[in-house]
Amino acid sequence: MKVCRRSFLSLIIGGAAGTVLSPLPLKLMDDSSIWSQAWPWTPVPEDGEVSHVGSICTLCPGGCGITVRKVNDRAIKIEGMKGHPVNNGGICVLGLSGLQLLYGPTRVKTPLKRVGARGEGRWEKISWDEAIAEVVKKLGELREKGKSHTVACISGTDRGTVAQLLGRFLTVYGSPNFIRIPSIQDSYELTMHLMQGVQASAGFDVENADFVLSFGSGLIEGWGSPVRMIKANSKWKERGKVVQIESRLSNTAAKADKWVPINPGTEAALALAIANVIIQKSLYNADFVKNYSSGFEEFKQMVLNEFSPDDVSGITGVSASTIESLAKGFAGSSKPLAVCGRGHGETPGSLNEFMAVHALNALVGNIGKKGGVWTVPDPDYIKWPEVEMDRTAANGMHKARIDGAGSKRYPDTRYLLDRLPNAINSGKEYPVEALFVAGANPVYTIPDSKAVKEAFNKVPFVVSFSSYMDETAVNSDLILPNHVFLERYEDVPTPVGLQKPIIGLSKPVVKPQFNTKHLGDVILLMAKSFGGQIAKAFPWDSYEVCLKETLGNKWDKLINDGFWADSNFRPVVWGGAFNTPSKKFEFVNKGKAESIKIEGDEKAYPLILMPYDSMRLASGFIGDPPFVIKTVEDTVLKGKEIVVEVNPRSARGFREGDQAILSTPKGIVKVRVHHFNGIMPGLVALPRGLGHTAYDEYLADKGINFNELIGPVEDPVSGLNAAWGIRAKLTRA
Amino acid sequence: MKEQHKNTKAKKYGMVIDLDKCTGCGACMAACMAENNVPFKKDESNKLDSITWMRVYSLTNGKKFPEADICYIPRPCMHCEAHNGHAPCVSVCPAVATDYNHETGIVSQIYTRCFGCRYCMAACPYHARYFNWWDPVWPDGMEKYLSPNVSPRMRGVVEKCSFCFHRHQLAMNKAYVEGRRELEEDEYQTSCTQACPAGAIVFGDLNNPGHAVNQIAKPDHKHGGRPMNPHAFRLLERLGTNPKVYYLSSREWVRRAGDNYIKDEGKQGNH
Repeated sequence: MKVCRRSFLSLIIGGAAGTVLSPLPLKLMDDSSIWSQAWPWTPVPEDGEVSHVGSICTLCPGGCGITVRKVNDRAIKIEGMKGHPVNNGGICVLGLSGLQLLYGPTRVKTPLKRVGARGEGRWEKISWDEAIAEVVKKLGELREKGKSHTVACISGTDRGTVAQLLGRFLTVYGSPNFIRIPSIQDSYELTMHLMQGVQASAGFDVENADFVLSFGSGLIEGWGSPVRMIKANSKWKERGKVVQIESRLSNTAAKADKWVPINPGTEAALALAIANVIIQKSLYNADFVKNYSSGFEEFKQMVLNEFSPDDVSGITGVSASTIESLAKGFAGSSKPLAVCGRGHGETPGSLNEFMAVHALNALVGNIGKKGGVWTVPDPDYIKWPEVEMDRTAANGMHKARIDGAGSKRYPDTRYLLDRLPNAINSGKEYPVEALFVAGANPVYTIPDSKAVKEAFNKVPFVVSFSSYMDETAVNSDLILPNHVFLERYEDVPTPVGLQKPIIGLSKPVVKPQFNTKHLGDVILLMAKSFGGQIAKAFPWDSYEVCLKETLGNKWDKLINDGFWADSNFRPVVWGGAFNTPSKKFEFVNKGKAESIKIEGDEKAYPLILMPYDSMRLASGFIGDPPFVIKTVEDTVLKGKEIVVEVNPRSARGFREGDQAILSTPKGIVKVRVHHFNGIMPGLVALPRGLGHTAYDEYLADKGINFNELIGPVEDPVSGLNAAWGIRAKLTRA
Repeated sequence: MKEQHKNTKAKKYGMVIDLDKCTGCGACMAACMAENNVPFKKDESNKLDSITWMRVYSLTNGKKFPEADICYIPRPCMHCEAHNGHAPCVSVCPAVATDYNHETGIVSQIYTRCFGCRYCMAACPYHARYFNWWDPVWPDGMEKYLSPNVSPRMRGVVEKCSFCFHRHQLAMNKAYVEGRRELEEDEYQTSCTQACPAGAIVFGDLNNPGHAVNQIAKPDHKHGGRPMNPHAFRLLERLGTNPKVYYLSSREWVRRAGDNYIKDEGKQGNH
């Protein structure tokens, strides 16, 4: 048969038309959609018996009660615990995502020993016996050489039994270098110590305050115990007033009754100018000032001479009339409260600022009063016998701390982690031979990432107790993974900022998912391997035994209710409340109340870079789980690029969404520009909590870690990091 | 559409969100994702394909520093009633995959019926509907937290907020076992309402004068549910979708922005 062009075309076209007109394409499409949708990898969650377990969330220092819904042995959802004194049913975005940490890919599943270079991520799985033997061997060697003091330990907290066991271990072993992660707690503790003579935390009776004067605190952005603060904010909406003093329109500023934009870093001056008006117009609480305070005359002279509203107006950019109305509003309210500590409160800040703000509280006499600042002692349930140190330990404990806390220069400060990198890098002190990290992620959270990395590389032996593969774990030699909070018992003493002492109990909601071990048990095992005085200091068979014994008769209540509150607690009011040499409140003024000078030359760097915090970006030890990073707006993170805020007036030709190079004296990074009318011209704001390099692929390599762009600035009085920003410039990409 | 149950009064479940109290913290979004097995991808910064049944938008007043202001506005599905249940999405769905339940006032979404034409997404004026462009994938081990009460969705279907309808079913089951036909106000609450740390979200039956939602929003059922509380408003009221989510704000610019306020709109002769 001859195939001509005509018959060929007829066949092809006819065939094509026939196929299209037949039901075949439709049938194929239909089938393919049915097949593809019925694929077995859309999971069918197994049903089963539902139960609820009450516990405490320890993802931040907020200490919220949680109720975890379970189906059989699976944890399904975390909800806020009804009736808990901190959060009463409410819960935050991070707490809600806790199960993604429990079951997620960031978990360290077994003890790991580094095999490649530091930070390379090559690990060898080892057994718990090997891991503990390895640590004990190294520590034993150092101790034999009389170098026990060269061991340092960074801990997320110094309260509760686990942190206390860690501290106790370090003491009997012979090292003074237990270091707590810095936060505004340091500054507040120091303020309470210097002005009230007490060693206690500051608690704020926010629920009852009716005029809150906040110097840049992210009241609803994670300051203090986040859920509690948001709840208090709702109360203030009904009866109360909030004034937010801040150079950027944060959520707190937007929700406040009044937003007072201020030149950044001049908050202390404003507080003293407000004090000036209060004193000049005699609006202060005369009874408190006259009978229960000392040093008022000097304080009065100082603020009257140096902080007149007119002068301060020039410094702060806040008009004299605004200062006056703030002072009148504050002092004229029945329950005024002044607070400070920027954003989440993770940078300690300038001590002068804290003392100036606390002086306002004293002037209106709210110390220990309803709606005021209370002295909150730690719940004193940890009553272990004094440790008996052997000679080596005693020698080690006599050495000066590596971070300079408690030294002649900074006698009153307890921990100075931000000084550690420099202390190690400069080599002026002794070298750190071994470093332990628990409940903290210093490689990510300490400013000046480059210096931190360098310091870490100088420490020959780094042990991480992290449950997650965070930046610090990646840069360690040995990981001894702790159970996550949903798998372990742990006592949680009073959440930060709470006005009354309570104890919460974290309970195992599910059995440990992986080959992890409770840090408390690891400490006990290490101590036992040492024998001698070290073993003697830890007479318990297991952490659980230790915890039960320590909590004593509170244990049953804690198991049943999840928390224990001291119902008899009342703040000590005025007479007998102060333990200073004068037994009165001290209007201390250590040094001039000058603002902290930030790093960088104004000519080379015309802008000021400031961090900002958000509830949707966890910037501490825990990074954002997938649910939380999903809530981050596209004006904060776009793809892998971080977005910085600038006022359109100081955008200098950068249009919305433009790429730019952001440089500071500490680092140079690529960013995108977002025009934001809520930020003061001349400033650039960068969100904290991004730029992780570790964790999982849902969080890693997104944006920039603010700490790469800034270094610490030492507060002249306390030595704590007081950097609130750094000079910067934006240039074309 | 089902016939109304003879023995019980029809409910109209709705929500009032106080924007003065809302802090934009995002807890409602995560509470929703955790409750409803909402999946996530490696990059969720493209908000057009980021599935968020509950999404918190931020509004600005458009003014310059220091007069600038922001307001956060959580947006679940509005569960529009329109006229007699002809919600925008319901009337366009060719598969009856989305339907208006006259017993509860809830707009349903049946994933196995949906074939992904996305007409409903085009019809929804609130962007409350999301399409599954990909199969959901949970990282190894994370499937353990998935709830058996809500089926995970497959590629090719549309999903949206259900007012946690499974919670209604569970509460009703319990009530029936106990010999009741009516629920107490606190027996059925959505996940976002329960989680909100600010207490900004209130949920309940808009038809029930004893419920907080009714007392706060004061819906005028004779006039398409318009709120009688002067601080209350609904999104795009003028479209006549009769949504069941009410917002409260003491700020006028927020209330105007909620109804797609266009500058000088009077002069443009809108109808």
